[in-house]
This record gives sequence, structure tokens and C-alpha cells, in this order.
Amino acid sequence: MRERQLRARDMLRGDLEGEELERYVEERVVMTNFEKMLGWARANSCFPLTFGLACCAIEAPISLVTARYDLARFGAEALRASPRQADMIILSGRVSIKMAPVVRRLYDQMLEPKWAISMGACSSSGGMFSNYAVVQGADKFMPIDLHIPGCPPRPEAVLYGFTKLQRRIMGNPDQGWRQRYEAAGTEEWARGGPRSEPSAAEAEAYERTRELIRA
Amino acid sequence: MPDAPGLELIRGEIEQDHPNAVLDTSFDRGQPSLVVDPAQILAVLTWLREAPGQEYRFLSSLHAADYLPSTPRFGVHYELLNRDRVERLRVKAMLAEPSSGDLPTIDSCVELFPTAEFQEREVFDFFGIVFRGHPNLTRILMPEDYVGWPQRRDFPVGGEPVTFTYNERNYG
Repeated sequence: MRERQLRARDMLRGDLEGEELERYVEERVVMTNFEKMLGWARANSCFPLTFGLACCAIEAPISLVTARYDLARFGAEALRASPRQADMIILSGRVSIKMAPVVRRLYDQMLEPKWAISMGACSSSGGMFSNYAVVQGADKFMPIDLHIPGCPPRPEAVLYGFTKLQRRIMGNPDQGWRQRYEAAGTEEWARGGPRSEPSAAEAEAYERTRELIRA
Repeated sequence: MPDAPGLELIRGEIEQDHPNAVLDTSFDRGQPSLVVDPAQILAVLTWLREAPGQEYRFLSSLHAADYLPSTPRFGVHYELLNRDRVERLRVKAMLAEPSSGDLPTIDSCVELFPTAEFQEREVFDFFGIVFRGHPNLTRILMPEDYVGWPQRRDFPVGGEPVTFTYNERNYG
């Protein structure tokens, strides 16, 4: 320790030269590229929007920031009350058709880059509310990056999902069990809608993912 | 809570002032209710609110129900409460669906019980029952451009089937 301190002092005085200087730089400098650094910074300072839709809001934005679960460990403790300051929105609960335009507007007001987590069965698929009043899956009106299953998901599940989102923000998305069983690209596409087939771009993206995993 | 004979007494007193206003009474599970001619609903509610010895001054709930196979089809229910004696009384007005395809109508009781304003809007929103004389009868819970009366029994539940492979193979 003392030796390193002395070496640092020597470096600041300009006394280090040659091989010593090389070693000093190697020990203290991490080489990366700008994209990775940016992704790392974004993933670890991801401010969620203070936004609750239904009962999942008790689990996610409220209990997650308490001392027991402590979202601050992952750099997301700063809940922002304005979409202009938020990086991430957690849809915590069912989205009724009257609320959908409001949610969409909040999402549109967030600044890029932005991410959306659909938390729980209701916002992912309508859940038990298969009726006239509830939107059957929030990805009908806005892009969702991550779905967390559960009714409601435990706070630990949300934390796990959030770390998955961090991996994604850093440009290294997890494929989970699909990777383990080499099943990437076998996703079923929702049928019966206007887009019953994946577009060419989406199909290509999946092919790329499979290539990446095989490599 | 008026008991069954007490309910008949109330009915008799109403009949004196408003003949033929009360069509029926029922006393079920300790709950008294009056079935009232919808054309005279305001007169009966006013009487129950003002008459000495009655004074049901609190409308604890106003709601509707759709009894589809039976006629008349719609029931508008007024849950009245006297807070001094802690006595409850239910008043029902049964509304038939007009054959012309219009919406069923009944008089609004907002003048009598201001709390009815939002609840009548809710009934209108879900059942399409029009309250005559309501200050602002618009949808309250559903979006304003929504079409249909979703809590009616002949309204489809909605939602969508889950697109699992199993469903596709067996029911698709």
C-alpha cells in the first residue's frame, strides 16, 4: 500500500519513467470503448418514474425503495416525479383503456434513451381482467423492454428483472433459459393480430441474436 | 330497520299521499325494500326524506342492475338511511327498455340528494339509463368516446383469447 502511494507520488512529480511508468498505467487505467462506458453509466443511474397504476405499485415503486429491498444498490433509487427526468417507467398494474392514452403520453414525454418495464400479469397480458375495460397487454400501445411475470411479482423478482434490464442497457441482453437450452429464436408470435408474422427487420434481429449466442 | 309490518305501514302512508306509487314491497333477509312506480320516484323519495317520522335524509348508495330475462329489465336502486335511528330502506324503480330503441329514462334526484350526481353518472355510464334533469350527464368512468353500455347483460365481456399453441390447435 505504502509502496503504491509512493509510486503515485513519484508519478505526479514526473519521476516515473520507462518500464515503471508502463506498469503504473497498466495497473490504474481500464481500457474500454465509449459505448460500453456510456451503457455502464446509463445502466447504473437509471431513474424510474414515480408512477403506479394498481396493486403492483405497492410492490414496485413503493417497497423497492425501502431499506429492505433497496433499489439504491442498483443505482435506481432516485424516483423522478416528472417524465422529463426519468429514464425508465414501470407499468405497475392493469392499464384501463381510459388510462392508456395517459400512459402513452407519459412515455412519449420521457427523453431518449428510455426503457419500459411491464410488471405483473395485468400490464403484460391483461391478466385476469379479460374484459372490455382493460387493455390486453401494454405493448399494444407502447414498446416494452421487459416483462416481469407474477401477480404481483415479489420485489425480488422486480429487482431481478431490473438487473436484466441493466444488462440490456449495457448492450448485452440476457436470453435466459433460451440461451441455456439453445432455444433462441423459437419465440411464438402472437397470432390473429394485424401483425401475425414478424417483419423482415425483426426476423433478422432474431437471427442475429441466435448467431451471437452460438458464437 | 323497519320490520315487515313497519314496511307495510310505510307503504300505507305513502299510498295516502301518492296513490298507486308503491307497486310492491319485499322484506328479504331483514332488508326492507319498496318497489316504486318510476314515474313517481321523485315524489316517493321526497316523501321519505321529508315526512315526519320517516326522514331518510341520507342516500348511501344509488346503483342499477340489469335483470335481463325478466321484464321490466332495469332496476335503479336507492339505498336510503336515517342516521338518527340507523334505519335503512331500499327503494327500487324498475324500468322497462323502450321498444323504440331509446334509452330508459327516470327522474334525477340530484336536487334531493346532491351525492347522487356522480352515482347517476356512473349508472348512465354503465347501463345507459338517462336521468332527466341531471346537471351534467356524461360518462364518468369509461372514456367519453366509448360506445355501448358495458354493464348490461347483453354486452359482450370483451378481452381476447390467449394465443397459446394449445388454444390455436383445439379452438383456433
